[in-house]
Amino acid sequence: MLTCKELTELVTDYAEGNLSFVDRLRFRVHIGMCRDCRRYVRQVKATAAALGALPVPELSPDLEQELLRRFDDWKQTRRS
Amino acid sequence: MAEEVVQETWMAVLEGLDGFEERASFKTWLYRILANRARSRAVREGRSVPFSALADAGPEERVDPERFDAAGRWRDPPVGWTDQTPERLALEAETRRVMEVAVAALPATQRAVLVLRDEEGLETDEICNLLGLTVTNQRVLLHRARTRVRQALEAYMRGGRPC
Ligand SMILES: [Zn+2]
Repeated sequence: MLTCKELTELVTDYAEGNLSFVDRLRFRVHIGMCRDCRRYVRQVKATAAALGALPVPELSPDLEQELLRRFDDWKQTRRS
Repeated sequence: MAEEVVQETWMAVLEGLDGFEERASFKTWLYRILANRARSRAVREGRSVPFSALADAGPEERVDPERFDAAGRWRDPPVGWTDQTPERLALEAETRRVMEVAVAALPATQRAVLVLRDEEGLETDEICNLLGLTVTNQRVLLHRARTRVRQALEAYMRGGRPC
């Protein structure tokens, strides 16, 4: 039986779909019975989703142009 | 435009990011780097740190083992954020700042993985290619980064809102 402590170490692999079938089952059985872990998993998922909902930062057109120019130069020197 | 700003940003971009092949992915990265740099600077200068508890929280990469009993069960379970949807967390000024500060404080590679995965929604393969990471390392870094940011949000929820 998975402990709560172990579950908190597996939560990202669970959310990302990286667990094996058996581990996924064990994970599900645990959160089915444990309210605290259910809450923990929800919070980690909410955190990841909230990061995706952060407003996109602004970049001044001048700075963007200058940095893209540098990027192109940099790539050239890497190729040569 | 100040040469200093360009130079500083450029150095931040080059730092550990040898892998960019496409202008588009570079551009995506650029926006985030700049935002995160601005945040770090604000933090250093003591502006916009929402509450002192964050500084004390330390670089926790997993849940504090003290919060579990000997059998690995929660002794000190997570507090509830009953009314918090991801959208609200992202748009409410205080929680947004908590997340931004937590992301800015991450070690560089963790931050890179988290930004590309959770903020930009890139697939794991793309991230591994961009940053030159193995899939296993990418998973570990993402896990640590998310754990820290969740922790920062919890610390904030527990500490109550700053005045
Ligand atoms: Zn549990």
